[in-house]
Amino acid sequence: MNPQTILVYDGSFDGFLSCIFIVYDQKIKNPIIRKASQTNNQMFMIVEHIVTEEHKAHRVWKGFKEKTNATQQRDFFKVFLSEIKGVENTLLNYMRHVFEKTHAPSTDFSNKNILKITQVAKMVQREKHRMEAFVRFQLTNDNVYVATVAPDFNVLPLISHHFKDRYADQKWLIYDTTRKYGLYYNLSSVEIITFENSNTISSKNIEKHYNGQERDFQKLWSTYYRSVNITSRKNTKLHLQHIPKRYWKYLIEKTNNS
Amino acid sequence: MSFDRIREKLSILADAAKYDVSCASSGGKRANTQKGLGNNTGMGICHTYTEDGRCVSLLKILLTNHCIYDCAYCVTRKSNDIKRAAFKIQEVVDLTINFYRRNYIEGLFLSSGIFKNSDYTMERLITVAKKLRLEENFNGYIHLKSIPGASDELMRQAGLYADRLSVNIEIPTVSGLKLLAPDKKHEDFIKPMQKVKNEIIQYKTEKKIIKSTPRYAPAGQSTQMIIGATGESDKDIMYSATYYYKKFNMRRVYYSGYIPVMPDNRLPSIGTEVPTLRENRLYQTDWLIRFYGFSIAEILNTTHKNLDLDIDPKLSWALRNLQLFPIDINTADKRTLARVPGIGMASVSKIVQARKFRRLDWSHLKAIGIATNRAQYFITCNSKDFYSKDLTPIMLKNKILKSTKSKYSNYFNQQLSLFS
Ligand code: SF4
Repeated sequence: MNPQTILVYDGSFDGFLSCIFIVYDQKIKNPIIRKASQTNNQMFMIVEHIVTEEHKAHRVWKGFKEKTNATQQRDFFKVFLSEIKGVENTLLNYMRHVFEKTHAPSTDFSNKNILKITQVAKMVQREKHRMEAFVRFQLTNDNVYVATVAPDFNVLPLISHHFKDRYADQKWLIYDTTRKYGLYYNLSSVEIITFENSNTISSKNIEKHYNGQERDFQKLWSTYYRSVNITSRKNTKLHLQHIPKRYWKYLIEKTNNS
Repeated sequence: MSFDRIREKLSILADAAKYDVSCASSGGKRANTQKGLGNNTGMGICHTYTEDGRCVSLLKILLTNHCIYDCAYCVTRKSNDIKRAAFKIQEVVDLTINFYRRNYIEGLFLSSGIFKNSDYTMERLITVAKKLRLEENFNGYIHLKSIPGASDELMRQAGLYADRLSVNIEIPTVSGLKLLAPDKKHEDFIKPMQKVKNEIIQYKTEKKIIKSTPRYAPAGQSTQMIIGATGESDKDIMYSATYYYKKFNMRRVYYSGYIPVMPDNRLPSIGTEVPTLRENRLYQTDWLIRFYGFSIAEILNTTHKNLDLDIDPKLSWALRNLQLFPIDINTADKRTLARVPGIGMASVSKIVQARKFRRLDWSHLKAIGIATNRAQYFITCNSKDFYSKDLTPIMLKNKILKSTKSKYSNYFNQQLSLFS
């Protein structure tokens, strides 16, 4: 049995594209591509650590762009952000399929590979929409609107634009507590930030620094939410379909009962 | 401001506004100009859902629930013994802005009881919208209710600041309106609709010539009808709806199952179940007409005055027209595909795309996401197996009902047990 090659990268998109570069460059057959954080020691495998190199990543992406349209490129990126275990290999297969054909039909839904990419992209897209809907900013006394999230997929890169566009005249911070990084808008651009001490961004600490009116507006919102409910039409199944319980933690109106 | 007082007002005035079903915040596009607050991308976001599963995207409130009228179907009516409250203009502005900045809402939907007179009321609604746009530089969504009887001049102004305007027709038939809202005139509803429609057309024409013409109510107008309050048929409702769509270029007509809120011998008694299923069938019909190329007479007519409750209107139509089926998935045009039960608009375009590459068989159709358990009786594809029995419409209907579980099946079990 031939040992299989496993390419390990740092988890970034450029890192992943660098792996693809290596796969083509060194003609590696059936590699497995994995994030450093997702690997465990495996026997009968050749492990190669791939260094992220921007120029390699760019070359791969440029080639991909020449053969695909904007939707396909976005979908590819979204599927990458899903972080589903093994997704790198699905993407590699898809990219091979694209490079092999002179004209890659993205609309051939009867092709399994393409169907899968479209489906995962859709799941990621749905999570993106949910975050755009369920983020709840809390105003702190240094005038920053702060929200913490823990999305199923790594969607912060996808929602940045929406929030920047909408809240152009207020400072805001959206922090992903699972992936431990956040987006901070400083009134001119969005930066990626991390905290040395995760307590800084704990809900307790945020509450300690609430702006004077913050609690009042949260109460007003909960009051509003309760008032618009029509008890005679109650439909819990539908309700949960729209807001699965795991999202309740974001929602002031679902947690604040005062 | 005193939060406790505001909170009390909010609970009264949100409660009074909640029976208005329209919550759409989509349709109007408004960019965030000069780094102001908010935008409207044309795709409404539901920020939360009520326990009855309705989308909450707007702060939907009445400016006041004081009213000089006495419409029987309305909680706010003068003779109803309820708590009354009124917001100050600035209070509504502050609430909207503070909710919006926290990403609770897409914007404001402001309606009102009629106090003093129509124009006085309309003017105050407009002032709220104007302050939001000009003082707060707010580009989020604003929906104002057009107050029946408001003057043309005010309606013109309203459209300059609002994304959408609506007048609720409430009662689908003129005779029903006479019975339940004796002091309101049908013309009072029609007049602002007509004005808004004309303004939209006029502004659009001017915009073609002079680019800087401001936009007028970019999300158009909508209306709402209460159903099940006056014994009207589905045919009455849908013919009225079609009339409003055509005559006033309505963007949407909403159907709201009547919720008995007070005893009145002209109305269904308190405790009568809200006709949610009927409501749902009406929306389905509305979609079939607007997006699926059906004409109203195909679905509702003098021999078929009411929609079936146990099956959706498309299936019902197909069963009445079995002679048109089966159709061939690999050759039928879009219009014909859209008429097949179990195939939605999204599936239609997927079919059309996918069949360019190969002739589709059952497994392809399933992968695309078609409800083949329904569709199989109405189509053929690239396969030797297809449904060929000659069942009568009734037999076919029962067969389909057995194989598909309606989300309303519980509802039916309950309903049936009522009669047994
Ligand atoms: S005028 Fe409007 S608010 Fe007043 S009672 Fe009639 S429907 Fe209700």
